[in-house]
Formats: sequence, C-alpha cells, structure tokens
Amino acid sequence: MNDLWAAFGRALDLITGADPALGEIVGLSLTVSLSAVTLATLLALPLGALLALVRFPGRSLVVAVLNAFMGLPPVVVGLVVYLALSRSGPLGALGLLFTPAAMIAAQVILVTPIVAAVARQSLSDLDNEYRPLLRSLGAGPWRSVPTLLWDARLSLGTAILAGFGRASGEVGAVMIVGGNIDHVTRTMTTAIALETSKGHLAQALALGIVLIAIALTVSLAAEGLRLRAQRQQGMSQA
Amino acid sequence: MNAINMSLAAPCELLPLSLAGLRFQAGGQTLLGPLDARIEVPGVSVILGANGAGKSLLLRLLHGLLPPAAGRVDWNGRTPAAARSRQAFVFQRPLLLRRSTLANVTFALALAGVPRRERRERALAALQAVGLAQLAERPARVLSGGEQQRVALARALAVAPAVVLLDEATANLDPAATAAVERVVERLRADGVKLVMATHDLAQARRLADEILFLDRGRLLEQAPAAIFFAGPRTSAARRFLAGELPTENGDTP
Repeated sequence: MNDLWAAFGRALDLITGADPALGEIVGLSLTVSLSAVTLATLLALPLGALLALVRFPGRSLVVAVLNAFMGLPPVVVGLVVYLALSRSGPLGALGLLFTPAAMIAAQVILVTPIVAAVARQSLSDLDNEYRPLLRSLGAGPWRSVPTLLWDARLSLGTAILAGFGRASGEVGAVMIVGGNIDHVTRTMTTAIALETSKGHLAQALALGIVLIAIALTVSLAAEGLRLRAQRQQGMSQA
Repeated sequence: MNAINMSLAAPCELLPLSLAGLRFQAGGQTLLGPLDARIEVPGVSVILGANGAGKSLLLRLLHGLLPPAAGRVDWNGRTPAAARSRQAFVFQRPLLLRRSTLANVTFALALAGVPRRERRERALAALQAVGLAQLAERPARVLSGGEQQRVALARALAVAPAVVLLDEATANLDPAATAAVERVVERLRADGVKLVMATHDLAQARRLADEILFLDRGRLLEQAPAAIFFAGPRTSAARRFLAGELPTENGDTP
C-alpha cells in the first residue's frame, strides 16, 4: 500500500516536474504507437474495404485468418520481426533491429488485423444497407467505397482507437525488436517492465499511471467526438 | 381528370416499357414470371397484389437492381441499366445516408452529374416541393418515418427523372404521412413523370392508379385501366383480392 501511495507521489513529481527522462520515454512511446497506427490504418482500411466489398475466391479464408490475427501474441510477432531483421535474416541488411523503425514495424503487424477486421465488419454491414440505393443512384465501386468509408467513419474511428490501445499497451514486441535501449528504444511499457524487474516499483507504477492517463485521455476525446457526431448525424450505430 | 394532365405532358422518353418472357429465380425456384407486358400509358401504373406476389421483385427487375433469370426488360430501346440514369427508385424503407437532409439530396445530384454550384439550390427546391425545406440542415436519420420517406422522394425528384419507381413507399407510414407522400406522387404525375408503384393498399391504388397490373404468386393475371379493373376484375384471384379475402392455396385460372 505504501508503494502505491509513493507511486502516486512519484508520478505527480514526474509529471509536474516535467522530468526530461519521462518526457523522452512518453514521446518515443507516442511516436512509435502513433506511427504504427497511422501506417496500419493506411493498410487496413483498403484491406477491410476489399474484404467487405469485393467477392473473390478464398475471401472467407482471408477473413478467418484476419480475425484470428486480431489476437496475435505480441512476443511472437516480436520474435518473427526480430528474426526477419536480425543480421542473418532476410531484411538484416536494412540494419533496423533495435531501432524505433523496427518497433513500428512490429506494431503495424499487431494493429493492422484489428483495424482491418473491425473495418471489414462495419463496411460490410453498411454496404448491405446502402447497396440498393447506391446502385439505384448509379454509384459504381469507385464512388461507393468513399461513400461507405465516410459514412462508416465513426465505427472506423473506434477501430483505429482500439488499434492505438493495442499498440500503446503492448510490451512483448517492442521489447524484443527494440531492445529497451535507454534514450533510443525505451518506451513506457518496456521501462515499466525494467523498473519492476529492478524493484523500483514506485517508478514503474508512476509510468503506469501516465500510460493509463494517456489512454484515458485519448479514449475520452474520441468518445466526445463520437457522441457529438452521433447527435449531429442521427447515427444509431457506433 | 388525369387525362388532362396526360395530354399536356411531353411523352415519356422511356415508354413504352416492354417485358418479354421475364422470369426471376432464386434457389432454383421461380419467384416471378414468365411475364409479358407492355406499359405505354403515362400517369400512374400500380402493381397490385398481396404480399409475396412478386411486386418488389418486378420493380427491382425494371430498375435493373436484380438480374432476370430469363427474358427481357426494354425501356423504349434501353436496358434497365441504361435507363436507370433517367429513373429514380423510392424504397419501402427510406434508405437515407447518415448525413444531413440536404446532403442526402445533394448526394443524388452529385451522382447524377449535376455541377456542384447548382446542387444546393436544386436540393432545396426538391425539399421545398415535399414540404421539408425547413429541415434541410437536420440529420436525416433523426426525422420521423414520414419525413424520412419524403426526403427519399425529394432525393428522387431532385434529379428530374422521367420515371419514378416506388416500392410500397407508404407501407410503414401513418395516414397523414401517407397522404403527404401521395400528394407528391400526384404532383409528379401532373409534371408528366411516369410512375410505377407497387402497393398492396387497395384504397391507395383506387386513389392513384391510372392503370393496374395485378400480380398473384409471381404471375401477371390482369392489366387494365384502373376504372375497368375496379369495376370488374376478370380473374377470381383479383375478385377475391378486391373483396379482401385471403388468397387460396391452389392455383387460379383467369
């Protein structure tokens, strides 16, 4: 219990004192996770739209694989990316191992299935509803897809948010491919793991509090935007 | 009374509509047809029949939303896909986008190729015509059912179609909302727009129809001017339908 209070005090000190080490860690964490979510979104939205709107052989299989990949264990992804980027691996020549770029790559793999699977589901539902109308109005696929993406934007935003949650909270993948190097690849989650293992529980808890505060802020902001849009557009679905 | 409007209106470019051997199948079962018909008079052609008679299927085949298993739909030389740009379809559920009322109408105008600067004005005029101009900025999907269906009608008439197809457009509406929709239908007819509407509502058919196509279990049993049909239907199925009886299980002979 003392640890907990000490942790809150330490967290407050870290935040109010604008501790430069903390700022660096938080900054890197956000850079890595936001980059990963941005790249994953650019991959996942077209993929989700493709799976929702285009019929091709093997589609069900791809959807099943995608849904299964939503639960990929981060350590396994980290291991695979590690093997690919290690000096003797196929991408070893790039020299990316133990850099933020490697961490971003690993998180892209973790986040893409989540965003794509949720995007596929919501676009598919919306397409079922809109399809007769869009056909009647003469909208071809090039016109239908942007319409569906725009009108499904709330669900897609929720999907992207879920992806950000996964990216910012995972430790397994960034630890393996980043290596938790101070000032280079140390993120909030890897720092928490390190401080805990060293017995610096207050420091670890303080970082945890900051991490949760960031997640909460993002989530509240998104919920606020969602509610506002819902009121404005009369959307019944999330 | 409709004869006056008809003679004033320019002839509809998509008429005559002819159907030859039209058939629709699903799961190996023939749900509609084979069906031969010719629609050439302007005004309101009502496809009348009980639920499951194939009214919606027929309308969707006419609009090219469904492919026929066999046969042909010909809008004065055009296929349904080619004729669609001159048509508008009003669905049983209004099918509004998650956008403002105005944006729902400008969306249809954009797809119809109307230049951006003209869209707002034309959309507002269409909303005015259905009595909803004051709700233009409201989200379409928070409007009442009747208002939503009138937005759908505004969306349909904004593109100045030659033909409007209505699929049970008032089935979910209360009498006041139904009357509002029917006023728009009357107005479109007066403007020389050809209307083809499916309904199972006899009173509505009596109020609006110039011509009746009576469907029963996927077959076209009768096609006649409304006055003649209501005065004396030729088939026993139609007589039973007019009398408000339930259809029998065994087949019907004209």
